[in-house]
Amino acid sequence: MQAKQGIGGVLRGIALTLVLLFFLFPIVWVFLMSFQTNAQILRIPPSPFFTPTLENYTALISGRLETTSGVLDIAFMRNLMNSVILSASSVLLALILGVPAAYAFARFKFRLGENIAFTLLSFRFAPPLLVLLPLTLYFQALGLSDTYVGLIWVYQLICLPLILWIVRGYFEDISPDIEHAYRVDGHSWARTFWRIAIPLARPGIAAAALLAFIFAWNNFVFALILASADKQPVTVGALAFVTAAGIQYGQIAAAVVLSVTPTLLLALYAQRYLVQGLSMGAVKG
Amino acid sequence: MATSTTTTLTGERAGTPPARHRRALGQRALPYLLSLPALLVCIGILIPFGTAVWYSLQRYNLALPFTRGFIGLDNYQSFLFDGAFWNTIRVSLSYTALTVGIELVLGLAIAMLLQRPTRWHNVCAIALLLPLMIAPAIASLMWKLMTNPDFGIMSYLVGLVGITDFRWASAPSTALFTVVLVDVWVYTPFMMILLLAGLRALPRQPFEAAELDGVPAAFVFFRITLPMLMPYILTATLFRLLDAIQQFDIIYAMTQGGPGDRLMVFQVQAYLEFFQYTNVGRSAALLMVLWAITFILSNLFIKHWLRLRERAHGVA
Repeated sequence: MQAKQGIGGVLRGIALTLVLLFFLFPIVWVFLMSFQTNAQILRIPPSPFFTPTLENYTALISGRLETTSGVLDIAFMRNLMNSVILSASSVLLALILGVPAAYAFARFKFRLGENIAFTLLSFRFAPPLLVLLPLTLYFQALGLSDTYVGLIWVYQLICLPLILWIVRGYFEDISPDIEHAYRVDGHSWARTFWRIAIPLARPGIAAAALLAFIFAWNNFVFALILASADKQPVTVGALAFVTAAGIQYGQIAAAVVLSVTPTLLLALYAQRYLVQGLSMGAVKG
Repeated sequence: MATSTTTTLTGERAGTPPARHRRALGQRALPYLLSLPALLVCIGILIPFGTAVWYSLQRYNLALPFTRGFIGLDNYQSFLFDGAFWNTIRVSLSYTALTVGIELVLGLAIAMLLQRPTRWHNVCAIALLLPLMIAPAIASLMWKLMTNPDFGIMSYLVGLVGITDFRWASAPSTALFTVVLVDVWVYTPFMMILLLAGLRALPRQPFEAAELDGVPAAFVFFRITLPMLMPYILTATLFRLLDAIQQFDIIYAMTQGGPGDRLMVFQVQAYLEFFQYTNVGRSAALLMVLWAITFILSNLFIKHWLRLRERAHGVA
């Protein structure tokens, strides 16, 4: 029995090692590539040992690529900045709109309430292009194409349902008794909401906001269709950047590393909330 | 809103009659007021949805504006005898079946490996979430670097086991395999984390009883674990089904639907139809077909989700 468990344990260990290798190796390898010169990357056989160089990163950050055919200007840092602006503002707006609505769905039984809630949830499931392609025509007519405002608005299709459903689940888990007691003391509804309900739901709000930020950051198709070079976030920008003449593989790898660092750091910092948010968002709503 | 005296959140136990009346009205309007802004912002974006339906019933090509006109269901009818349409259906369905199938089996296996809530297992689970934090478009870029036939590490590794000249995403025979691989890399962690949450939430007693009775592991897995985990499996699978049938980012970033029409899934085909052939009507009709599929799938999902919610609230 003991021996059998030992063999089972070893097999489990091997399986787990393979799993970790498969999922983490690409990240590690691209990270290593980002510190290599093109000559080192093109070596055969490939080797994980090399003298690291920072020139890929300095080229990206300064935005000036020295190539054999001259100096190339690239807007990669601008793309990163756009990602920050778009994701942060979208989450902020989604919180302002979504938290009160989530509270309403959780605390009140009202006519059409469930219907409105489901309508909002159903945005999560519609094919994005179905909305985006006609929207390109509308945005041109409204003068919204290629503006931050237009994009932040459209990003609500990602952020709002997430915030709504995770925060709603959280409000539902909190007993309303404390709010009742506070109201009985003579405080207004708005005060109760602000001073009692929101602080109690803070972990849920944090999880939802974090998740919404990551989804907004990772979004590709909205900006691909609605934003031109000037307003493009890093997901679209990086792809366009790859095809520019004179770009080297090390610089592509460095661009990948720079573009995933913010969400990876956020995720590591708040992984407890994140796991909670992911499983709640799916199973509870 | 309500300013004084005793009152409750739902307003059913209130003070003097006139005050109660006013308060009741305010209370009744409150939830609508709270949810209205969110709804308005979304409806503003959803107007194009109605427009898309309308476009799908028209002959509408941006390059030929004067031929524009209402043609009823002709766009849809033309699909019936259109090889490209059936190719899209075939590619989308095989892509969906392959990715979701592999991710479910793999995700469940990994969740079982990490089932015990030990410190080491938790560290592994969090490390495995990392691919999920990378944008699918960027993940595709990473895999493009690694599968470059000239210097890619993956090409080198398959070369070591004797497979030379493996062209990954650029060869028709291996393109599907390559994008499925990337999808599996990105989304298996999602499956894993949902199933892990489910596994850890299961009651311990049936497993302890089975162990006392010396029940074989396979029997425990098929007769206890799987049935009890089924709600989580269904939810996670439906979630992934909805995403996979609509896949755009990975396929567009890796191959733009090629080589040839090998990876022309719904959204990539519709995107090209719109921007390359400027055929708005056809593009919209194609997306409507996709929408119908996702509508059916999401209804299944929502029904199931409602049942789960009811049960959760019944217990609580």
